[in-house]
Amino acid sequence: MSAIHPDEATAIGLVRPGSVRERDPVTIDGTVTSDPTQRPPLVLGDHDFHSVTETVCGWIQQKTPRWWMAAFSVSASVAGFGTLMILYLIITGVGVWGLNNPMTWGWAIVNFVWWVGIGHAGTLISAILCLFKQKWRVSINRFAEAMTIFAVICAGTFPGIHVGRVWMAWMLFPIPNSNSIWPNFRSPLLWDVFAVGTYFTVSLLFWYMGMIPDIATLRDRCVKMMKVPVTVGPMWAPHPLPDFVKRATTFQLPMYKVGAMAYSVLALGWRFSSRHWWNYEKAYILLAGVATPLVLSVHSVVSFDFAVSIVPGWHTTIFPPYFVAGAIFSGFAMVLTLLIPARELYPGMKDFVTARTLENMCKIITVTGSMVGFAYITEFFISWYGGNPYEQGAFIQRAFGQYWWAYAAMMFCNVLSPHVFWFKWCRTTPWFIFGMSIIVNIGMWFERFVIVSSLSTDYMPSSWAYYSPTFVDIMTFVGTLGIFMTLFLLFCRFLPMLPISEVKNVLHAAHAHLHPHDDHSKGGH
Amino acid sequence: MTLNSAAPPPCETFAVMGVFADVPAVFSAAEQCRDEGFTKWDVFSPFPIHGINEAMGLKASKVAYVMGTGAILGVATAVIMQGWTAAGADIHISWLSQLSGYNVNTAGKPLFAWEQFLPVIFELGVLFSAFGALLGMLALNGLPRHHHPLMTSEHFLSCSDDGFVIAIEAADPKFDEQETSSYLKSLGATHVEVVKS
Repeated sequence: MSAIHPDEATAIGLVRPGSVRERDPVTIDGTVTSDPTQRPPLVLGDHDFHSVTETVCGWIQQKTPRWWMAAFSVSASVAGFGTLMILYLIITGVGVWGLNNPMTWGWAIVNFVWWVGIGHAGTLISAILCLFKQKWRVSINRFAEAMTIFAVICAGTFPGIHVGRVWMAWMLFPIPNSNSIWPNFRSPLLWDVFAVGTYFTVSLLFWYMGMIPDIATLRDRCVKMMKVPVTVGPMWAPHPLPDFVKRATTFQLPMYKVGAMAYSVLALGWRFSSRHWWNYEKAYILLAGVATPLVLSVHSVVSFDFAVSIVPGWHTTIFPPYFVAGAIFSGFAMVLTLLIPARELYPGMKDFVTARTLENMCKIITVTGSMVGFAYITEFFISWYGGNPYEQGAFIQRAFGQYWWAYAAMMFCNVLSPHVFWFKWCRTTPWFIFGMSIIVNIGMWFERFVIVSSLSTDYMPSSWAYYSPTFVDIMTFVGTLGIFMTLFLLFCRFLPMLPISEVKNVLHAAHAHLHPHDDHSKGGH
Repeated sequence: MTLNSAAPPPCETFAVMGVFADVPAVFSAAEQCRDEGFTKWDVFSPFPIHGINEAMGLKASKVAYVMGTGAILGVATAVIMQGWTAAGADIHISWLSQLSGYNVNTAGKPLFAWEQFLPVIFELGVLFSAFGALLGMLALNGLPRHHHPLMTSEHFLSCSDDGFVIAIEAADPKFDEQETSSYLKSLGATHVEVVKS
């Protein structure tokens, strides 16, 4: 169950001595192997516990990188513009969107479902892969959980503003009131409120709980730095300075003070006690246990919004599993979209996020993409086999009607494109994976659009209409992308991107019964 | 929970701590401390050491009970809330039906159609049990806590990075400042320090 020590990996020929960064056609960075008897290293480079702390905390305690400032200003501006669009909507009314009578759910529900789907990867990686003891997840789980939370925030924006009268949004919740008005618990729309709300809260708790020890590490570092006084003065000043001058010019850097205070509050006084770890690990695995059915339930409940209605093309039992597969598919794609640039931009991140991690994620994308493709085909088959002319009509409209281009885009991006990952080069080349991850996300957005646009051709041909988004629709969506990126960049700047204690735990030196002459490459344990 | 005991008056010895170089060293030292019969002591490490619970002789964690209580509370809340707001009229308790909600008869189905309440029952069960797990973990650990005497030691802070520490509290009946210090040294501690509170 342990990672192979780098020396050992070198000895069995997985890593070429000297350079692990050089691209090797067979093992890429030393971690890709098709031999199931070999356990490639989880962490590359000669890392010990201290260097892991230094690397991960170094990303936070370094000077703000230029690229970060640039990326942050762009995404914050986009987020600001999106917020203006929402404000305009609230002031004016939902008429500023392109909704029309049959198509009463436009981009708002499309974006909501898309964002919730993206939010599936984080808890899947941290809960389900945790239960399956997939140790390669440790380098990406914090990252993916953060992404989950920000994606669900973006998702939650849409139902909130879609209700039209935003000031009545409190009626989504069962709040006692003098009119004795209660939400209808038989409506899937209300189940959705609870499903998404629970998912957000539980993901947040899971993320935060995983972060407590790492925040405590940051706290201790800040406290140490805070105690180191800094003296300012001109270069030509005599050295050492006379005491009275020293007293006047020596001060503690305020940023460490602020950091120490903030991290102290968030760390809750964690002190790395083994008695605490014992409860902590138990709570973590139990939380993973309840989060697992939760991950699978969220998009199932979201799909009930459609499946419980009687609209042809929506009223199918395949929706829950098919939505969940699609959600995992798009979530992993979004993790890759964020991870691959971060891996290039943060020094030393490639030691933790190895080629094997990317390869495994690509494999999951291919599996879930195939499940989604299979669901599309099943839907068509059942609509023909079911013999219901309205159902058949809805599917013919979907594929060949006025939105044929959306259907074609969806089929290309979701069904055909993930199969490039059968080729090893495709799933081990970061820039290519990055491109593919964007294609998958576009495809998944179109999938949601294709489903929602079934409304535009309803029961009476006389009321059929063509829906197209307005500028406000488009900019609100782009604005949520900005909100997402802004939150994500803040996370990268101020919180530990990798779970420091979990990464340390998979290092070879973390094991108590360490026998240096054991051959871990054979037999396994 | 050992180290959460009330702090002794200031400037008294709180504990003796020994710093160990690596996991195998701290692991075998923990086993010996356990066998020596110390009760108020603890091991500090930057990550949970696999098997340290046995090396320290810890009992099973009680987090699961807190979490289970949370799950039951969540399910109960969901059943009562939905029953009350959707089917108050079906419940023949006069003061309860006064508070009931819409009581809309849909397709002649019973007001208390529990099948439709299942999604919310599940969600609230999960929600409350997640709070139970986090808050239960914190409560059992005596956290959040503003300060701890051990944190005054510079060497103690290394266990948030790469240090491994065993601390034996003065409150332990077998504690003796001199003897315990030399005992920790004999277990292979690279640095032994007396921590004042």
